[in-house]
Amino acid sequence: MSDTLPYATRFGSNSGQSTSRRDGVAKVTGAATFAADNHPQGLLYAVYVPATIARGRVTHLDVAAAKAHPGVVEVMTPQNRPALAGDPDSKPFMFAFRFEALQDDTVRYANQPIALVLGETIEAATEGARLLNPQYQVMPPRVGLDAEAPYKVVVGNFGRPGETVHGDVAAGHAAAVQSVDVTYETPAQYHNAMETHAVVASWDGDQLTLDMPHQAIVMSRGVFGYYFGIPAENVLLRSPYLGGGFGSKSIANGPQVLAILAARMTGRPVKLMLRRDQMFGPVGHRGATRQRLRIGIDEAGHMTVLEHEALAATSTFDDFVENAANASQGLYAAGALRSAHEGVRIDIGTPGPMRAPGEASGSAALECAMDEMAERAGLDPLEFRLRNYAETEPGTGKPYSSKALRACYAQGAERFGWAGRPLKPRQMRDEQGMLVGWGMGTALFPAPMFAAQARATLRPDGSGLVETAAADMGQGAWTALAQIAADGLGLPLDKVEFRSGSSDLPDGGIAGGSGHTATAGTALHAAGVDAVRQLTAMAVSDPASPLFGAGNASIVARDGRLFVAEDASRSDSYADILARAGGQALVGTGSGGRAPEAAGRHAMYSHGAVFAEVKVDPDLFQIRVTRLVGAFAAGRIINPKLANSQLYGGMIWGISFALHEEARFDPRTGRIMNADFAGYHIPVNADVKGLEVITVHEDDPFVNALGIKGVGEIGITGTVGAIGNAIWHATGTRIRRFPIRIEDLLAHA
Amino acid sequence: MSLSISLTVNGAVRDVTLNDARVTLLDLLRERLALPGTKKGCDRGQCGACTVLIDGRRINACLTLAATLDGAEVTTIEGLACGDMLHPVQAAFIDHDGFQCGYCTPGQIMSAVGLIAEGRAGTDPERIREGMSGNLCRCSAYHGITEAVLDATTRIAAEKARKSA
Ligand code: FES
Ligand code: FES
Repeated sequence: MSDTLPYATRFGSNSGQSTSRRDGVAKVTGAATFAADNHPQGLLYAVYVPATIARGRVTHLDVAAAKAHPGVVEVMTPQNRPALAGDPDSKPFMFAFRFEALQDDTVRYANQPIALVLGETIEAATEGARLLNPQYQVMPPRVGLDAEAPYKVVVGNFGRPGETVHGDVAAGHAAAVQSVDVTYETPAQYHNAMETHAVVASWDGDQLTLDMPHQAIVMSRGVFGYYFGIPAENVLLRSPYLGGGFGSKSIANGPQVLAILAARMTGRPVKLMLRRDQMFGPVGHRGATRQRLRIGIDEAGHMTVLEHEALAATSTFDDFVENAANASQGLYAAGALRSAHEGVRIDIGTPGPMRAPGEASGSAALECAMDEMAERAGLDPLEFRLRNYAETEPGTGKPYSSKALRACYAQGAERFGWAGRPLKPRQMRDEQGMLVGWGMGTALFPAPMFAAQARATLRPDGSGLVETAAADMGQGAWTALAQIAADGLGLPLDKVEFRSGSSDLPDGGIAGGSGHTATAGTALHAAGVDAVRQLTAMAVSDPASPLFGAGNASIVARDGRLFVAEDASRSDSYADILARAGGQALVGTGSGGRAPEAAGRHAMYSHGAVFAEVKVDPDLFQIRVTRLVGAFAAGRIINPKLANSQLYGGMIWGISFALHEEARFDPRTGRIMNADFAGYHIPVNADVKGLEVITVHEDDPFVNALGIKGVGEIGITGTVGAIGNAIWHATGTRIRRFPIRIEDLLAHA
Repeated sequence: MSLSISLTVNGAVRDVTLNDARVTLLDLLRERLALPGTKKGCDRGQCGACTVLIDGRRINACLTLAATLDGAEVTTIEGLACGDMLHPVQAAFIDHDGFQCGYCTPGQIMSAVGLIAEGRAGTDPERIREGMSGNLCRCSAYHGITEAVLDATTRIAAEKARKSA
């Protein structure tokens, strides 16, 4: 950990530049190799057979029919499935979930794998899978949040407590002169990265090579090593590009494990690519929630209490209860705060982390409830939030490491033109007679760090090689991390080769929690600084160097040269220094992570404010988001162009949450009725216009040495509520269920 | 069964013997012709990731049976650039950050090339958004995609004007 670096960190030449993606040419020419693009010799294709019931047993599979089909090579069922060394029903790691890998004939949710068919061609394997024609013993499925009695969550996701209380909640309610008590619902949502989960697995003895998109490249070596009974070092996982991850590609799942097993069983490489409908089940999702919010305020509009309870669905066999209520911790200065979670076990695949897990659903409900409270108090929603602005973290009293939220409110409101917004709903129309509404929401996301390692090599020619197994799932790691690394090495970006995305490199940590750039970036920068420090020691002790005798501390690195800070005429190039020292490359190492003391001293979050305009047809109630302005403060922005893309993307996920996506379960069968892109709606290009992002400057000396927070997830938070609130402002109707649909508004017309 | 077809892919004539009538153009390209640049996002015509041009028209390769393509001219993402010279749409996608993960990108770009050639959207952002709405992007790079298509439309028009002048 390098909380304080030995040199004043120098930024500006590479970091902070809107460099275009370094993998851009590969991606626009089709040369970028995604997992399923690999085609090793002797390849077999795997197709998994999904359960078409949600609960029960498989009683028959027509294996003979499938095997008789030309080109079908093997059919794997619970009868002949080779043993796994690690039990898929165990949870040996923090990021391990229980999963179905044909351990028996039970069906725990629709779409779980019940067989795997291997064929010489995709066509043969697909047809073989169809011919299995499963027969079932069906049990009535448990569907929806009311199917079973809820249970109290004691330890929540990622080890957070199920319930958090600060202050005297009862006294907070008693002190309130006005209050709201509202319940919001959010649906099951599925990640649906455009690249479905895929793997190409090849065995060579007990060496396993996996081409597989993965958000935790080095960590997963140990995971797959565990299930297959081989040392972690025997697993080579290559994931240069992920076609989107959003949290779903960080966890081992049944279909991929079965494909790897099939490769060992047949002695041939196996390719499996999930079908789109198979993305709805075995690879996680955002669980449905029902959230109750109770807010009380005093005469002055200050919150006396904020109580947030969330009930969320999880599977019958594992725990991942959307920790939505935690979104109310850390944001508003309520006199008393309580967040509590309950789970309900139903016949679904286990939920998992999906872009802004907890925060997205929680923020949606919280920001709408805040709007309802402001409405009741007769206050402008922004004014209400400013009255409850937290100067220190509510409950804990910890200072924020940085918090430019006031500037976000001000700049966002200014750009949007918030001033003069009528308090009452249904006051605005456009030229076409559409109802116009404006709403806002606060965005909040924690700024965590994980752990990462990196290596930086100065080559004899003075160029640099930096290495860490980072994952680029679209956020721009190939570019932003290289920029940071180049700054660490004091080299221009084009003199730095960046190797990443493969498990034989130093552990780049997890691409998740919006902490990847901060974590891997810190490691890379520290590695570069370490290399430069060694180089400096060589130069100042070399009588042939113009730097001879200068103090280490007075040397700065820039553009491949070392300079005496006070006397730029004294300088020496990296190549010359290394040449005189014998022409050997020089290797620096570094790590990234947060010291526990630093985490204990400060509350660390990215902040933002989102303002939305919607237009609603007064007769048809069609809803359009016509403008969306988000102002975000997220520490140091390494690459504004790529950071903006992340924020745009997050805000569009907010549009999606507010208006589009929802998995709908058939209550009779427990199956998802819209498990494809025709029925599971996400925004298309025509749904998106009038988007603006502002990044508010923020220096954060505490989050990490580089001052980086993160931008990957915060864009969703705030946005959903802003849109919901704008719809109320346009129509006068509060819809307390997402996504908000035409028929919801029609029902109130 | 076995069926021989001959089609032109990115300017090269390919004689293909199909042992299976079920092979789609998408799987033909990806698994049999070593052209995996075209992506599979849904395999049923709902996402546009597999968009290629057939005889200049954009189509979903996943919905097109290879056996129907005898004599067809297919252009994929691999055939767009001239050596190191990117097609204006490709260059504009990089300049405007019209992608994040890059998975939908081959389809977006082929769709944009088709849209511009169709000449119906012009430089009206609203019509470009509509015209590009058959191509889903879960990363939601739509802002950059629209900017890129607008820019490329202008660049291509200028290039045409220069050539005809
Ligand atoms: S893969 Fe062809 S449209 Fe989706
Ligand atoms: S760039 Fe990732 S799906 Fe479009």
